[in-house]
Amino acid sequence: MGMALTEGDLQALWLTIKLASMTTVILLLIGTPLAWWLSRTRSWLYRPVSAVVALPLVLPPSVLGFYLLIALGPHSPLGQFTKAIGIGLLPFTFWGLVIASVLYSMPFLVQPLQTAFESVGKRPLEVAATLRATPLQTFFRVVVPMTKTGFLTASVMAFAHTVGEFGVVLMIGGNIPAETRVASVQIYDYVEALEYGQAHTLAGILLAFSFLVLLALNVFKKDTRHVR
Amino acid sequence: MKKFMLSAFAFLALSNTYADEVNVAVAANFSAPIEEIAKEFNKATGHQLKVSTGASGKFYAQIKNGAPFQVFLSADEEKPAQLEKDGLAIQGSRFTYAIGKLVLWSANPALIDTKGIILESAKFNKVALANPKTAPYGEAAIETLTALRLKNQLESKFVMGENISQTYQFVATGNAEIGFVALSQITKDNKLTGGSAWIVPEKLYSPIKQDAVLLVTGKDSSAARQFMAFLKSNESLKVIKSYGYGIN
Repeated sequence: MGMALTEGDLQALWLTIKLASMTTVILLLIGTPLAWWLSRTRSWLYRPVSAVVALPLVLPPSVLGFYLLIALGPHSPLGQFTKAIGIGLLPFTFWGLVIASVLYSMPFLVQPLQTAFESVGKRPLEVAATLRATPLQTFFRVVVPMTKTGFLTASVMAFAHTVGEFGVVLMIGGNIPAETRVASVQIYDYVEALEYGQAHTLAGILLAFSFLVLLALNVFKKDTRHVR
Repeated sequence: MKKFMLSAFAFLALSNTYADEVNVAVAANFSAPIEEIAKEFNKATGHQLKVSTGASGKFYAQIKNGAPFQVFLSADEEKPAQLEKDGLAIQGSRFTYAIGKLVLWSANPALIDTKGIILESAKFNKVALANPKTAPYGEAAIETLTALRLKNQLESKFVMGENISQTYQFVATGNAEIGFVALSQITKDNKLTGGSAWIVPEKLYSPIKQDAVLLVTGKDSSAARQFMAFLKSNESLKVIKSYGYGIN
């Protein structure tokens, strides 16, 4: 049924891994403080900000892709800015896809992290404060070790969701080999060109990958059901 | 009473023909003309066209997998011919409804000269084209660049649209400064709708013959057959020509 991977397939898979890794790292950098703030704040901004973070869960990728194409294009202030500082236009580039993926996978990182932070509660933070730990020390020495599983779940979900991205990439990627042609787009191309054998191979790999990721996550997490 | 029954029957018979719909799968480049033709067809026969537009390759795959289209207007001749061979289209119903023309287009009115010299100068950020693997206009773009001996040189500037509509959208939003699109996309009432364009000489690529075919699912639909005939009518040809297509 399936056929051997071509060089283009390997390129697409490698690009997918690169995109998902870069997205996850950037999301950890900006999503962690955001999730922390969401788990602690009493500001009225809490509700609107959570809603914005969750938007990609309900928005069709075509909406996000369409807005990004316009917002990063040459007629928008943002496009003119990236052009002026010498980066050029972001659509059809790897970094354009990174920006799109960061927005698109945001809830998959922020929401599990926020839940993990909330489960820490006030007590450990108060104890740390009485021991004169700075807020930063408290975060890295108390909160992070307590929420390891949360970090793992969040990172894996963000990574896996970026691997599964398709609609947004199709709309702003321009299908360029080694730059924006990720595995999901390569599969779509094969199906379009009626090359089902090649499509099967890559599709099978993504299916196996996704299943293994979810399985590993479930094995790692404690079974908290009350069935035993 | 008898009179009433008769008129009721007549009404039912009429409403029956009036209510008929034809499901048509239409190549993306023909989406503007088909809307006008659909209106004319509705005026002439009372039937309603239900139009789906998209990449011909995708429609081919969908029809092979049981999509309920009755008529297929492809962007090429191969796919309708293949559907005939597959036994999914009615033998002998196939004909060329339009001959597509390729243009190099920019949304910027001052960018493209009338001879396409910009291609050699390479003074543009990206050149958009439809995916040559699946879209006939993409294939024609590659043939053109190969004939001009510019393909290797420009390959690093390619961005590919999934179909010709997306390619148009890349150029229209300015994300690609120039691109190969269908003349029909930038022509209305025999005029350029905006930007600047070079109509690629037809000797540079093989003619894009766009064929229509009646599918097996439309075999017993008189409305579908009427539409196939209407597509060859003078009303339709006038619309088709006004979008810059050639006709057989």
